[in-house]
This record gives sequence, structure tokens and C-alpha cells, in this order.
Amino acid sequence: MPIEIPKDKWPGSIKSITIGATSAEGGTRAKIITIGGGTTMPYLQFDAPVLSGDEAPNKPVIAIEIKSHKPEDWSPLLAEVWGEAMSDPAEWAKKAEEAGADLIVLALTVDDSAEDAVRVVKSVLSATGLPLIVWGPGQAEKDNELLVPVSEATKGEKLVLGICEDKNYRTIVATAMANGHLVQARAPMDVNLSKQLNILISDMGMPKDRILMDPTTGALGYGIEYGYSVMERLRLAALQGDAMTQFPMIVTPGFEAWKTKESKVGEGVPEAWGDWTARAINWETITATALVESGADIVVLRHPESVKRVKGAIEELITA
Amino acid sequence: MALSGIQIYKMLPQTNCKECGFPTCLAFAMKLAAKQVELGSCPYVSEESKKQLAESAAPPIRLITLRANGTEIKVGNEVVMFRHEKTFYNKPGLFLRVKASDPDLAKKVAAADAYKVNYVGMDFTLDGYAIEADSDLSAAVKAVRDVTKRPLMLIANDVTLLDSSLGLLAGEGTLIYAGDSSNYESLADVAKKHKATLVIKSDSLDDLADLTQKVQAKGVEDMVLDLGGKNLGEWLTRSTQARRLALKSNFKPLGYPTIFFAAQNGVEKEAVYAAQAIAKYAGFVVLDTFAPEMIYPLLVLRENIYTDPQKPIQVQPGVYEINSPKPESPVLVTTNFSITYFAVANEVEGSGLPAWLVVTDAEGMSVLTAWAAGKFDAERIAKAIKGFNVADKVSKKRIVLPGHVAVLSGEVEEELPGWEVRVGPREAVDLPAFMKQALN
Repeated sequence: MPIEIPKDKWPGSIKSITIGATSAEGGTRAKIITIGGGTTMPYLQFDAPVLSGDEAPNKPVIAIEIKSHKPEDWSPLLAEVWGEAMSDPAEWAKKAEEAGADLIVLALTVDDSAEDAVRVVKSVLSATGLPLIVWGPGQAEKDNELLVPVSEATKGEKLVLGICEDKNYRTIVATAMANGHLVQARAPMDVNLSKQLNILISDMGMPKDRILMDPTTGALGYGIEYGYSVMERLRLAALQGDAMTQFPMIVTPGFEAWKTKESKVGEGVPEAWGDWTARAINWETITATALVESGADIVVLRHPESVKRVKGAIEELITA
Repeated sequence: MALSGIQIYKMLPQTNCKECGFPTCLAFAMKLAAKQVELGSCPYVSEESKKQLAESAAPPIRLITLRANGTEIKVGNEVVMFRHEKTFYNKPGLFLRVKASDPDLAKKVAAADAYKVNYVGMDFTLDGYAIEADSDLSAAVKAVRDVTKRPLMLIANDVTLLDSSLGLLAGEGTLIYAGDSSNYESLADVAKKHKATLVIKSDSLDDLADLTQKVQAKGVEDMVLDLGGKNLGEWLTRSTQARRLALKSNFKPLGYPTIFFAAQNGVEKEAVYAAQAIAKYAGFVVLDTFAPEMIYPLLVLRENIYTDPQKPIQVQPGVYEINSPKPESPVLVTTNFSITYFAVANEVEGSGLPAWLVVTDAEGMSVLTAWAAGKFDAERIAKAIKGFNVADKVSKKRIVLPGHVAVLSGEVEEELPGWEVRVGPREAVDLPAFMKQALN
């Protein structure tokens, strides 16, 4: 007896957004990335008419996070796997590309001057052909001090600049608009706050195909369930037709997972936590997998082994 | 699907006799729809209506209980597709698969059975064991039963073997794997005889629905579905479809929990496969590897996904004494989100240094989330310090704020004249070093 599968029909869809520009488009990237385009809840293609070519939803991608200076507070396990490259952002970016990154996240630090920031961003752009996301150090004044010259020096590359938050988005959005870049808009795990920030950024005149939404996540065991459900609700709102939630989502499971004690600390922890390296990688991989299931379009990771595993999961999810 | 009050009203006598205790049949119907009264309160309802109402009241996904001597696990009885719509109720059972032929069988199960891990004050363990009959099943069942009191699942095709092994587990609720189109009749008989739950397996939902109806006709009500599927994507599709059919179409033939084998495509994929199964509706997840470094994160994921989103897990606001603080010990401030509280409390405790931990009422939110939502600001912090009379307990009026809310320090100083305000690290894990270096 054939069963009739109940299907969810959605009026809305996620915007397709392209990051990076080739030389033909005014940039220098060897590869560009298109994300978004989803018309169903994640990977439920049976709900949508068969799409192909340009209309098919794009698969989620993986970014690897590197820093302009060797981070002293990262887990020794990460220092071990990236080795000397951690002291040289260009080298680190190359290694990240080899490890399977689809794009690079370069996080600047408070120790960078504006000149340093421009130099580092340019060196990373020369070292890899992948699209680039550049984060400021996360302090409003410093972010603006570094991101504006970076934005101007890389006009036309279609970078993603971040991280815009409700306390500090105007300068970043303005410079991204002026120089053809995109922005990453972060709100603290709340559907309405996400939506509100997207509205504020759109109201400044930023084209809607140049906004990435960062709903913020927590690591496994440290609030992931909030991020997970906020992402499902944002995706549902987008599919129901709410234009201000139809941006692809970028989340940072690497950042979150690697600051947990489970990943950072190898000694003096309960025996029931098991092998440190395997546990830390599982922590990042499982956090990222759950977020991919709940609608992430870009997951930013730190360990090459996690990249391999999450990539494998994405391949299986899109070929069903 | 549950009936609405109006639909129920149509099946009632509509005489407004009031004997049920409500003024009208409609009022009674509304209470029935809200599951606040029992149909038995109506003396005049017809047998036909009783039957229909009982059917509609049956859970869309059957509750399955596996039981051993003293322990049990319940799965199924779920009502939503997404956890934010209400909550997910019954956590999937995590089972470890072992082979009957394994010479170290008893040792392995004993080790896994002793496994216990603490997460925010709760102890988690595995839920049971799946024994694969690649040699003498009865001997293996005996050996395993000697070392664990948890429920079992038996993987075998041979009915005689299953019959004798189940005989050793009298009084328990065991899971049998698996009936398919070739053997469902004999397996249904043995499941019925031993009151076991039977896994039904097929690579197509259509066939699966046919099979469960045939098995039900043979008198077996408790079933679990193996949906097949060659990879993560196929399984996600089938799992979603089965759940939707059960919840949205009230399609009884697929209204059962599911089972998923996490290592089916290799142990290197096991953690990721199990993670998807936990998030996406599995009733039982079978692991092949006993590795604490994988089982711990999976147990935590299960807890997180099955936490009721309407009730953030909180601890009581107040002053917590860690390592017997003295008047000169430092005062640390945090929020009452339980994950935050336990992260901070565990670090301080582990450091061996005494401290007063002031837990503010931030409506169960973490530091950053609460700060963003205006539930953790200078006013609330000052209110907690004053309200809990912290000044009376200490000789040194100095408080430490979480690094994430460094911006609040000025305002807190204004709100708490006479107090020194310090900014601590952003993450709890860095607290011991901070306390040793900066708080002397």
C-alpha cells in the first residue's frame, strides 16, 4: 500500500549569497562560494519540487578560523596540529586550505595596528585562493579602527566583514557597502534580536544579498540547545516568508567548542571523559553536526579532523 | 491527531445532563480535549464513541518500555517535530552492541555497565546492551545478565534460539531484532509468547507499514522500526517522514519509535551518525564502540536536545559557599543558568581555593545571554549583593564580575559604594589561575 507522505509547502526560501570575487568580477579569488538557496527545512528535499542547476539549494560550507597572531589561549591540541603555521597567517591559511576549508576566517587581534591588519589580510589573500571572512578583535572601537582600512584596501574582493552586533554595526556596514563587501550580523541567540539587527543593517541600504546572519551558538553542554532551536525557528520563519530572516546562517562551533573545559583541559578531569584528543574533536564535531542539522550554512571550525568529519556528514546529507 | 473539543462534542450525548460535573456537554468536551478529565465521567456516552475517542487519545507514537530487573527505559510518546514547539519527552536509549562470540563479552559489558559520567549534577549511563547471536546466544545472555541489570536487545534470526534465550529473561521487557517480510510471522509469535518488543525492518516505509499491521494482527502491539537508509541523508528523510506520518497524519502503522545503528558505515562515522540520530527522532541508538570520549558528548547532546525549552535549567539564586570561605575570601558573581553555575562552581571547587559565589537571578540565562537581555545588569547584581547580605559575611568588600560583562564594572561601583569591583576571566575554566594570581 503506497503511503502518502505529508509535505510541508513553504512560500519563502533562503537567499543565495556569494562570497568572494574572481578577477573577472573585480577581485582576486581563485574560488568563490555560494551558500543559501534552501527551500525546505535542512536537507528535506522531498518537500520541494525537484530543483536543479542554479535553483538547487547550495550545500553548507566549512570555514577554518585562523588568527593574525599566534593565539596563546587556544588548546594545546590545536597548537600541536597547526604547528609553526600558527605564527604565520599566510602559512596557516595555506594549511587550512589543504585541510579542506571552503573559506578562511581571519580573526584580527587587539595587538594589530591598522597597517598590520591590512598587511595580514593581503598576505592571506595572496596565500590562498579561497574567499575570506575577516573578524575584528571584538571591541567596537578597535574593530572599526582595523576593519575600515582592511575594507578599503580590499575593495571588490567580496570579503565578509564582522562581527556586526547591535552595539556596533554602522561603521562596519558603511565600509562594507562602500567597498563591495558582505557583513556578518550577530545577535545573541534570539529570533527577534536577529531579525531586528538584519532590519537595521538593511535600513542602512545594505543589499540583501550581502548579509550573513550569525544567530550565535553555545557549545555542546554549554547551551547548544538554545542556538539549535533559535536556528530552527529562524529557518522556519524564513520559509514562511519573513524576508528579514531569509539570510544564510554562519555559526562558530569551533570557537565555542574549543573554549569548553572538555576540549581545553587534558589533566585533572574525570576519567569518564575519556581520551582528551578524541573527546575534544568529538566535542567540536558533534556541536557542528547538530548545527548543520538545524540549518547552518557556514560552520567555522578549528581542527582539521573535525573539518573532515563534518564535511563527510554534509556530503551524505545533500546526496540523499 | 488529537481531536478538537468540537469534534469530541459531536460524539457526546449532547443532553447537558450535568452528571459529569460540567454545565454543558460542550464544556465537558473542551476539558476532554485539554486532557483535564476522563471520558469515564460521562455515564451516557455510547460504546462506539468510547472506541473512537480512545483511539484518538492513543499517543501518535507508541510508548515502548524495555525493562530488566530493576531498570527500565521508555521511548516514544513524542508529540512534536521541533523541540521549540513543546519539548521532546523520552530520550533515546543508548545501547552498546556486543557479539555473543566475543571471548571478553562479560568483561566488556561489565566495564561499560560501570560507566557513569556527571554532567551539571546529573549522572548519565548507557541504557542497555544489544547481543548479536553469532554463536551460542543463551550462554551469552546468561553471561551478560550476570554483569548488568539493564535491559537487553537480542539480535538473531533463529526463532528457536530466540525462544530459549528469551526464556532466560522471564519477566523482562526485551527488544528482538529484527522481523522482516521473510520471518515476521515466527518472530511475532516468539515476541508475543515472551511479551517482547519486536523491531520491524524494511528499506521502504510502504513495506514497513504493511508489516507492522500484519504483526499487530498477530497480537503484537509493541514494535520498533528500523528504517534502513544507506547514509545520513536517507535516514534523515525517512525518520522525518515516519515522524510526520505519525504526528500529522495520525498514521498508526508507523506510529512507533525507531532504532538506528550508528556504526553501520564504519566506526569513524559513529559519533556523527549517533549525533544525527539523537537530534532527529531515533528511539534507540546502537553503538559498537565503548569509548568514553564519544559516549560522554553523546549523552550530553541527548540531555541538551531533550531539555524542555520552556524551562531553562536553573539553580536557586543565593550565596553559595565553596571550599569553606572565610570573611576575607573573594566574592564571585555569576548567573543562575545551571550550566553556568556548575561550570563556575566546579572550577572554583577544583582549585581548592575558598570563595563566596553569588548567584544572581538572571531568569536562568547564561552570563552573555542574560546581559544581552537585560537580566544581568548592575542593578540586579547590586540587588543580589544587598539582598543576600553579602557585606555581613565578608571583611573585604571586593566582588569579581565575569569577564564577559566587564562593561558593567563602572555601574556596579556606582550601585555598590564602598565595594571594590574586579573583572575576572571570561571563561570559568580560567578562574583558578585568575584567583591564584590576581586575587591575593
